[in-house]
Amino acid sequence: MNTPDDIDRRIIVATQGGLPLVAEPYQAVADELGLAVDEVMARMQAMLDGGLIRRIGAVPNHYALGYRANGMTVWDVPDDAIAELGEQVGALDFVSHCYHRPRHLPHWPYNLFAMVHGRDRDEVSGKTARIAKLMGVKDRGHQILYSHRILKKTGMRFTT
Amino acid sequence: MMALLDEIDRRIINALQGGFPICPAPFAAAAETIGIGQDDLLQRLQRMRAGGLLSRFGPMYHAEKLGGALTLAAMAVPEDRFETVAAQVNAHQEVAHNYAREHHLNMWFVLATEQGARIGEVLAEIEAETGLTVFNMPKREEFFIGLRFEA
Repeated sequence: MNTPDDIDRRIIVATQGGLPLVAEPYQAVADELGLAVDEVMARMQAMLDGGLIRRIGAVPNHYALGYRANGMTVWDVPDDAIAELGEQVGALDFVSHCYHRPRHLPHWPYNLFAMVHGRDRDEVSGKTARIAKLMGVKDRGHQILYSHRILKKTGMRFTT
Repeated sequence: MMALLDEIDRRIINALQGGFPICPAPFAAAAETIGIGQDDLLQRLQRMRAGGLLSRFGPMYHAEKLGGALTLAAMAVPEDRFETVAAQVNAHQEVAHNYAREHHLNMWFVLATEQGARIGEVLAEIEAETGLTVFNMPKREEFFIGLRFEA
């Protein structure tokens, strides 16, 4: 998939905040942009196939759904096991993000990050224990960093 | 808050976190899969979005594949300077999220830029403004996420 061209970028800007909740949403986007609906659908399908669109659907507000506790769990695992463990942890239904990130020794030994959501901290720590059990001896140390305040949340927006 | 969702709402959230079709009448197709009518689906989605239960309904774009760059960065901020430093960090429009977390590294923020080179520049600006070390933790690999919040 090539980088998006100008027409793709217009579609991105028009839809990054969401699709119109009407019976024919792609037609509505096409009308707004002065494009044919077939072109809008074909370009969005190509972006979906190429991974520029991760997925299309509902983005739940997990806080509003009752998932009030959010713990960033961080793990020190052997580098040669990280791909295998990352895939196993990412597949758990309570993990919303799972990344390999660099260590900063001696301050920060952790190289695998998994965001765990729960209705309260007990639920998050129970789920974290399940991850630890799955990792077994490859868990050389982990911590849960709970967020207690959102200082800013604006998200990313493309402008052009 | 949970009482605001009935069983059909939960079915919608659980079924539609991905896979929404690209076709002329996608809500009709999705409604049929869920086993409700199109108008019912649209009204419920409108209500859940207006009420904040859904942040959004539509495509989720992949920032890096669109040419943008992201990183996660952390700082150890002295408690007596926390509010000042939070304001200094948040003043950068490239800071998309910023969370206070319970750890020695107590401030964690995400930078999102349309050009990759800006990441290093903004981190250097924040270090210069605050006099604090910023630990840059860009992702090296992203693992596949099923992502199903059960409603």
